Amino acid sequence: MQIKIERSPAPVWFRPLIPLLAIVFTFVITASLVLLVNANPLSAYYYFLIDPLSSRVSAIEVLVKSTPLILTGAAVTFAFVGGYWNIGAEGQLLMGATAATAIGLQMHGVPAWIAIPLMILGGFLAGMLWALAPALMRVKLAIDEVVTTLLLNSVALLIVSALLNGPWRDPISQWPQSPEIAPSAIFPKLIPRSRLHLGFILAVIVVILVWFVLTRTAFGLRMRAVGMGSSAARFAGINVDRTMLISGLVSGGIAGLAGVTEVAGIHYHLIDAISGGHGYTGIIVATLGTLNAWGVLLAALFIGLIDTGAQTVSRALGVPVYLGDVIQAALLLVTLGFLLLQGYRIRWRRKG
Amino acid sequence: MPHEPYAVEMRGITKRFGTITANRAVDFALRKGEVQALLGENGAGKTTLMRILYGLYHADEGDIFVDGQMADIRSPRHAIAHGVGMVTQHFALVPPITVTENIILGYTDRFNIDLDAAHNKVAEASRRFGIAIEPRALVKNLSVGERQRVEIIKALYRDAKVLILDEPTAVLAPQEADELFESLKRLRDSGLSVIFISHKLHEVMAITDRVTVLRSGELAGTVNTAETNQADLAKMMVGRETFGVTKSDVNGRQGDIALRLEKISALDSKELVALKEISFEVRTGEILGLAGVSGNGQSELAQVLEGTRPSTGGRVSANGREITNAGPEQIMATGVGRIPEDRHESVVAEMTVAQNMALEHLHEFVRRGMLDKKRIRAHAETLIEAYQIKARPNDRIRTLSGGNMQKVILARVLERNPSVIIVAQPTRGLDVGATEYVRQKLLEQRQRGAAILLISEDLDEILELSDRIAVIYEGEIMNVLPAAEADIERLGLLMCGVSV
Repeated sequence: MQIKIERSPAPVWFRPLIPLLAIVFTFVITASLVLLVNANPLSAYYYFLIDPLSSRVSAIEVLVKSTPLILTGAAVTFAFVGGYWNIGAEGQLLMGATAATAIGLQMHGVPAWIAIPLMILGGFLAGMLWALAPALMRVKLAIDEVVTTLLLNSVALLIVSALLNGPWRDPISQWPQSPEIAPSAIFPKLIPRSRLHLGFILAVIVVILVWFVLTRTAFGLRMRAVGMGSSAARFAGINVDRTMLISGLVSGGIAGLAGVTEVAGIHYHLIDAISGGHGYTGIIVATLGTLNAWGVLLAALFIGLIDTGAQTVSRALGVPVYLGDVIQAALLLVTLGFLLLQGYRIRWRRKG
Repeated sequence: MPHEPYAVEMRGITKRFGTITANRAVDFALRKGEVQALLGENGAGKTTLMRILYGLYHADEGDIFVDGQMADIRSPRHAIAHGVGMVTQHFALVPPITVTENIILGYTDRFNIDLDAAHNKVAEASRRFGIAIEPRALVKNLSVGERQRVEIIKALYRDAKVLILDEPTAVLAPQEADELFESLKRLRDSGLSVIFISHKLHEVMAITDRVTVLRSGELAGTVNTAETNQADLAKMMVGRETFGVTKSDVNGRQGDIALRLEKISALDSKELVALKEISFEVRTGEILGLAGVSGNGQSELAQVLEGTRPSTGGRVSANGREITNAGPEQIMATGVGRIPEDRHESVVAEMTVAQNMALEHLHEFVRRGMLDKKRIRAHAETLIEAYQIKARPNDRIRTLSGGNMQKVILARVLERNPSVIIVAQPTRGLDVGATEYVRQKLLEQRQRGAAILLISEDLDEILELSDRIAVIYEGEIMNVLPAAEADIERLGLLMCGVSV
């Protein structure tokens, strides 16, 4: 037998199947970890994938958990499509949350129809502002945005900590958490007695807008041209720097919205664990969603499902709750691997 | 009739890639001590056939005989063991180490290497084969021509009896090519058999004993070089009579100055001076050919005029409007069409044909804030039809052949009837058919009254198309001659910096 690897891109119809294959393959390789704690992988996956959907309460919880992921996934997608490698959704989310808190705290006596749009706008602008410096450095000085956006995540977290341990420390409990935002600034619930809030609608609207801009407008086509071949885009007269700057800033703004929904929809005050890595998970969501707006929506729902299932599986089987994180991380690597490998094919040939 | 066995014989070779048949029942025989050309257009299957001989591919059908014995060649290692060596277009050398180390790399099984002895052996081989090379030089400091010599020595050092050269002159300056030919003749006289892959007819005529022509993957025939001529070979290659384009002697509506450069200077990507006060003008209805040896500022000049490189001094104007340091959009708006040197850098490979055709003027394809996908598609269909492009609107550009990709760019530019056309290396890497098509289109534009600046390193192309010829050398214009006064010798001297 002789094995040869040849360059040969997979057919177009095959591409949407890649995330599905990646999911299956990820489950196969993570099964070994489940076996290590003497649990049955099949029942683990039942709790991960099926059980959360079997009850109304936990099914709604999946939507709750997906909400920030839809937004960060859309944020990362918007940047990546434009060839701007924004790894800073985490920091932009934190800044969005900070702005939402700052506005929310001042909204006592202000009606909800003013308070909520103000917070959304403020969160978007704050995320954008946080994305401005790296984007400008990328465009004007050719400084790699992967490094700068990533490093600013820690800076953002430190700013949040400083606020929570300083001016915003809860005056009553003395915990490092901000006072609660005004009642009128809290997102209304979509379903009574659940945690599902207005933020989910916001996230779906953002997905629709991202889809529209990327696929239906001239700006979206220019963005894609810049992302797929910046020298060709420049040659065609597209202002590459400006396009890249805009995709970086809008991406930051969308990530900022994820901070708004977490403050106004879930916690009602700012804590330093407000994100818990949603910004980084956004990279997984965008990749698994193959940088396609609808794909992002599906991928975020899927990750939300695994997040919800991780709780159940640890209760039911005694598997550590971190298995959910391991699966997500493995999923990113497997998807990236599959996306790379689809450009090749293996040929077997019998000897002689 | 008994005869000496062939150095190499390939019988009935068939090779398929998916649905494409690259070689169909090809027979090929190489005599001992001959230089044989393997001639054909791009995509005729020359390289595939030789890659099979060298073990890089494996034939689906057919047999290979080396020195009369059937040979099972399934990797380059087997090929080398059978005395077959190949120098590919992309050299397999490690730049940071010495010539000697590159030559013995993968050839020695011993744990420790006696480098002094190896140097001596390489120096001795260099003398014996008459190919000058310094064994202790680092490969990264060598010119392309010198690297090619290292590759040839590498093959000979491994006792190659058959040497395959894949388009060896594509990377060489004319003088270097002459040196290579001298070496090959010496090697042939000492008994080496050489297969010379090429699509340049004059080279084939100059150096080979026999010529095998492939056409669309099939054998078109094998002839003795002495009994043929360029026109016959060209006919075998393309399978049709007509060859070359015919330039009408009557100029188009030649007259006004459409493109004017005044003392244009610019830096290259390493911030070194690439253009020194270049001045010339191009009139409507004429083609001004800019000739020169590669790397004398042609690329930079093209980029300055295309709006992708800033000039550091001087003025450019088109149709009376100044476009000095304007961006691509402004330049196009003054009626300038741009066909760039590097096709791959001017189309977005992952985008469709239709999208690439619309990209330069995207604002014309917007309706009520949205992309008008129907119009983009219809526009592409019209151009595909008009320019005979073998593609569908939704095919990704990267799946197109070089010729079709160039037609896409050509269509995108010419459909707007530009009054000035900047065109650089328009037929580089294209096969004969596509080359002819592109040149014909340029002549049509000239007839229509466009002012065309043709920047090309292909002197035949310059001579065939130009009304006037400018020669660039080290970033300066040596001279501008009417085509009638320009002959190859005079141009050659100017290209080497000799004022005549």
